[in-house]
Order: sequence, then structure tokens, then C-alpha cells
Amino acid sequence: MALILDGVRLRRRGEIWLDDISLELSSGMTMLVGPMAAGKTTLMRVVAGLLPPDAGRVTVNGADVTSVPVRKRSVAFVYQQFINYPSLSVYENIASPLRLARDLSRAGIDRRVREVAELMGLGELLDRRPAELSGGQQQRTAIARALARPVDVLLLDEPLANLDFKLREQLRADLRTMFQGSSSVVLYSTADPTEALTFAAPTVVLGEGRVRHVGEVAEMYARPPTLAVAAALSDPPLNVLPGVVRDGRVECLGTSFPAPHAHRPAHSPVQDVTQEAAQDVVLGVRPHHVTIGEGGPGTLAFPAEIRLAEVTGSATFLHLLLTGRRHLVAQLPGTQLFVPGESTTAFVDPAHLFVFDENSGRLLAASAASTASTASTASTAAEVDPHG
Amino acid sequence: MAGGQVATARRARRQLPWARTVFWLYAATLMLPLLWMFGMSIRPNEDILGSFSLIPQRATLDNYQTFFTDPAWYSSYLNSIIYTSMNAVMSLIVAIPAAYAFSRFRFAGDKHLFFWLLTNRMAPPAVFLLPFFQIYQSVGLFDTHLGVAIAHMLFNVPLAVWILEGFMSGIPREIDETAAIDGYSLPRFFIKIFLPMIRSAIGVTAFFCFMFSWVELLIARTITSVNAKPIAATMTRTVSAAGVDWGLLAAAGVLTIIPGAVVIWFVRNYVAKGFALGRV
Repeated sequence: MALILDGVRLRRRGEIWLDDISLELSSGMTMLVGPMAAGKTTLMRVVAGLLPPDAGRVTVNGADVTSVPVRKRSVAFVYQQFINYPSLSVYENIASPLRLARDLSRAGIDRRVREVAELMGLGELLDRRPAELSGGQQQRTAIARALARPVDVLLLDEPLANLDFKLREQLRADLRTMFQGSSSVVLYSTADPTEALTFAAPTVVLGEGRVRHVGEVAEMYARPPTLAVAAALSDPPLNVLPGVVRDGRVECLGTSFPAPHAHRPAHSPVQDVTQEAAQDVVLGVRPHHVTIGEGGPGTLAFPAEIRLAEVTGSATFLHLLLTGRRHLVAQLPGTQLFVPGESTTAFVDPAHLFVFDENSGRLLAASAASTASTASTASTAAEVDPHG
Repeated sequence: MAGGQVATARRARRQLPWARTVFWLYAATLMLPLLWMFGMSIRPNEDILGSFSLIPQRATLDNYQTFFTDPAWYSSYLNSIIYTSMNAVMSLIVAIPAAYAFSRFRFAGDKHLFFWLLTNRMAPPAVFLLPFFQIYQSVGLFDTHLGVAIAHMLFNVPLAVWILEGFMSGIPREIDETAAIDGYSLPRFFIKIFLPMIRSAIGVTAFFCFMFSWVELLIARTITSVNAKPIAATMTRTVSAAGVDWGLLAAAGVLTIIPGAVVIWFVRNYVAKGFALGRV
């Protein structure tokens, strides 16, 4: 199976919804990651045939399906909202695409429905109506219906976003094993970076209707090629600070550190940072790389005022106000007590800072530490866990 | 804990000591004319005109017997039931697809058209009397059940579209899309998935169509003479040389209430839901 999007564009009411999307997806799972309004749902609707693109082509297995009506396509779609047929039982809900396909006998349909229902843990609930199910069971029914018939393209649009935390974890694990060896093209969208990382599948990062980056998610997390990718894959959100590169040093809010040697990623030829006279940059640091109270040798120190401390139990999120009214969030392990209004010092190891060009948003230099982590698998795994 | 809750509930009830009394007073005020009419319907005319009492001295079913044996009466009663039912069915057949289109598709002038439909209800029915009379005379619809049913669609279809559109817009569009992805054709989706989902809306709409058509007198009377004459028209023409037949008129009145009461009994749950969900 292969799904190819070629220069897909879509405009609505003068706004660009999709801008020149070209992608090649093969069998198995592909993650579609991006913030809200990035175009994830729109892209999926175009692939499903629910929304005709203004320009561009959608090809499945070499056949152009751009103008094929939805009913004639071999697709399945799972929505973020739990969409089932309320007047039909769970059994009939799952059976309906099979009945319409007309390529299975009655007994064959029955076998398939029970098989899929068992897989999704719905075996006991087949006689119920969707309204008599919990949210998780409703979404399982919707997924079961999508899985019942073998399709070329299976689209899951943030299927776990409306579920509570525990159910989400469990269903995520189930889905991961289910789609591992799928012969369909499975496109799974999410706005949740943790979800994108745990699926560890080839990932497309979308932003403002454009493809920001395509690649392996672990690598993208460790060395985000652009600020947009770093932001899309950071949860809690990436801290962003302004900086200037001058005379081989990166200056930021009254402190500075030696500019690391510029990397030259294959896809973005970048001039050597150290040679620039003065260049405006954006520094990104993940909240769990900000520490309080103790700074090792070579760390950057930022005097800060404590604004708010959020305790989640396993972590404490400290909201800090730096000079120049810049906000910084530190994720600290365990439950720690702070008094809002007091002064403190935030420490950041420059090794954990990503330096992005302010204009293009491209990564100019990553720290030695995060580069090293891409090299060794063990440390990549450690780096990938966003709460680690 | 449980005892505390019970106590709270009791206290809450005790806060309105007059609620019961006020309710029954109100109900009695509403019911009195109906009871009076029922009382009249089971009394001979002399008793109705002679003595004043709530409980009839000589109960009789003569009035009802007259009603069901005189073709002028029972046939007009049937006429009303026939054209009212026809109207409800025809209005729904037209209004369901129209409401679906208004709720799901965007087309040029859709909002204006939707509003324009409602404006049909803003003109008094008398405005339409003359054109209906003339047109029906020339196309042969005068004094037919179909003619009255069509005439009543004039104000029932906009209402039906309005009510149904509200319900349909409450159903997520994603269900339509899912059905298309599953391979349902539009007619099949409509019958298998969509109509069962709006059952209550159809019940509510049918009730309102029935009700408005049942109580409408002016148009129904003008475009009929004998064959499709409505019961309400017959009731207004009971003054004979012998004076007004009070008992018979009261019996007809009681019988005229019954179909409405039966219909509302069937849709009572739906109507309550409809008031909560739709735009009734």
C-alpha cells in the first residue's frame, strides 16, 4: 500500500488551510503531529475524500483518487468525537461497513464482527446501544467499526484526545500493537507530543497547513530541525528566550556562553554561526532541563522571581519571571514548595539549549549533549521520554 | 446522612404550602368549561336550558347517538380526520428532505430562503382565501380532502421544516460522513440511520401539523362545501328553525377534543423532549 499526496492545497474563506502538502506514506503507521489548527484534520479529510482539495492529487496504490467520491474509496475514519450510529447496537455498528461491502457471507460477517469486538474488548457489549456505553467503550466501538473491513487507508483523527488519562494510556498501548504490522496505510494524528513519541513511528510534523518536517520522531525530539518542530514535540511547552550570537558567544539576558560549533544538517545548509558578526537567535530549552538552586560548572544563571508553583505530585512546575519580563517554566522532580514573589536563580546547562535562527526558525546549533544522544540508542530512549 | 437528605427534601416541600391548592385551583379553572361541556353533552336540551346544576338529573347518550347516525355530522368528523392525517403525512414527506438540505448544505441564499419560509406563517390565513378558492375551483381541488390537506401545507410545511432543522442540526455531521465512508448511499443512510435518530422530532412535527390542521377553520370552510366539510364548520352551522341544539353541539365538541388528546398522548414524551432539544 502506498498513499501519495502531491502538492495538495486548500483555501477556505481566504485562509490557507493546506499549503502545498506533498507526502509519501507506506503501509503501517504514520504519526501526524502538530498544534491545534495545524491542518491535521483537514489533511485527513482530504485523504478520506470528504473535502476536495483546490489543487494537487491524492494517489492510493498508483491510482488517482482525488475525484473519487467517499463512498467508493477504501478508507476508514475514526473521529476525535465518539461517532457511532446511535440507533444501532454495537454489533450492528461494527457490522454495517461489512454488510455494505457485500463481500462476506452472513456467517463471515458474524465471525469478523466478533473477532474485532474481542480485539477491542467489546465482546460483552455487542447488544448495547452506543448511548449505554462509557466514552472509552464508545470510542472502541468506533475504532472496531473502522477496523472491521480491510481498507487501503485508515485515518485516526486524535482518537484518544477526548478520553480520560487512564483509558488513553491503555488504548494507546492496544492500538500500538494493533497497527504495528498493518498492511493498510494508517495515519494517526495527535496534538499530544507524548503520544507521538510513545508510538515511535515515522512522523510528519504539520504547522499552519504546511509540512514542517518528516522523519523519525526520536531523532526529531533530540535534534529538532526547526523551532516549530521543537515546539510541536515538547510537552510541557518549550521555553523560548531571545538571544544574540556575537563574536563566537551566545548572549542571552545578561549571560553568555561560547557558541557551539554550528552543525550543518544535510537538509539545511547553514553558515557557521561563529563567523557571524551579530545574529538574532531564539534559544529553546525544555522545562525539565531548567534547575533551581544548584548550578554545575558552566551553567547559565538567570535571576528570577517566582510567580507560581504548580504541584502535580510527581513533578512541580515552577513559573518564573526573568529580567525583561521573560517567562520561564522549570519542571522539577517531586513535590517542592516555593513561595510566590520570592527571588531565586534558574540554572540552565548550555548543553541543553537549542539555538534557532530567529528569521528562518532553523536549528543553528544544538548542544553537544543532545547531538551525542542521537548517536547512542540508549541515551536516545532516555532523551525521548519528555518527563524524564 | 440519608435521613438528613430526606429531611432536607421535606423541608424543601414545606416551603410552598399553597402550591398544591394553587395548582388544583388553576386546573379546576381550566377544566371547568370542559366539564361543563361534557355535562351538557349527556343531558337533554330542556334540562340544559331549564335548570342550573353541575350534575345532570337525567343522563342520556341521545346526543351522541344523533351524532353518529346523522351523516352530516359523522362524515364531517371523518373529513377532518382524513385531511388532517393526509396533511401531516404530506407535510413530513416534503419537510424532512427540505430540513436536511437546510441543515447540511450551504447554497446561495439558503439563509434567506429559510427565513422566507417562516414569513409564510406571518400572514393571516384570510389573505390566502381568495386565491385558494379561485385556483381550486379551476383545477378541481375544490371540496376535496386533498385540497384541504394541500392548503394546510402552506403553513404546516414551514413550521415542520423549522422544527426538523433544529433537531437535525443537533446531530453531528460526522455521522453523515461516517456513513458515507462506510459506503451508505444517501437514501439508505436516510432510512437506516438518520430517520431513526430523529424519531422524536418526527413525532413532535407530526403532532404540530396535526394540531394546526385540526383547529384551522377559515380556509377549510371556504374551500369545501359538502364532501370535505370539516367538523368545525358543521358545528358553526347548527342553528336551525328549532333553535340551537345545545346537547348535540356539546357532544360534537367533546368528540372533537378526542383526536387531539389521543395524538398528544402518543407523542407526550417526544414533545417534552422536543421542547428541550429543538426549536419548538
